[in-house]
Amino acid sequence: MTSVLLAASGGPEVTVSETFSLILLAAAAAFTLFAVVLLYRVVQGPTTQDRIVAINVVGTNTVIVIALVSVALGEYGYLDVALVYGLLNFVMSIAVSKITVEWGGVL
Amino acid sequence: MTPIEILATVFVVVGTFFGFVATVGIVRLPGLYARLHAASKSDTLGSVLSLAGIALVLGVTTESLKLVFLLVFLFVTSPTAAHAIARAAKEEGIEPIGEDARLGDEEGEP
Repeated sequence: MTSVLLAASGGPEVTVSETFSLILLAAAAAFTLFAVVLLYRVVQGPTTQDRIVAINVVGTNTVIVIALVSVALGEYGYLDVALVYGLLNFVMSIAVSKITVEWGGVL
Repeated sequence: MTPIEILATVFVVVGTFFGFVATVGIVRLPGLYARLHAASKSDTLGSVLSLAGIALVLGVTTESLKLVFLLVFLFVTSPTAAHAIARAAKEEGIEPIGEDARLGDEEGEP
């Protein structure tokens, strides 16, 4: 019972080394930079679908950044946030691509 | 750095490289379908590799189970979303670019 409570509140006893934590933070910074660069396509993209594709990849990058930062800082509760972001990202892509063809059969 | 962390570093670095490839593809390639091609494959591989790297470090725990759920979910839904977007574009009448389109050229758009 105690272990279940600990798993629900505190997370595992796994601690990563400082070098690996820095590597994870650098990867998270790189993915953030990619997301900022992708905003060019969101603004520029000639068609609506171009913007949807770019926003979809930005959302995927957000999920990865949350997961990387969560492990790098040892805040394992953020993994649930990453899961919800992934679900919402998928629903957003499907919904917007359905709306753009006036509720046609997309899937 | 334990050996498992070195292996995870390799995974995360390769995943970041594929994220870079996806970004360059979406920003630089001409035409919607070429950009979808870059987004659906490179971005899926990059995200799955990055998440697999950090799941390796955590070992067999509840948190790594959550990461594996997220990984499988992204692996299934990212190509599905790209497919839905491509089909929406086709039903809207967007044509693929022709042979005369050049890289970085917006003339390929309908």
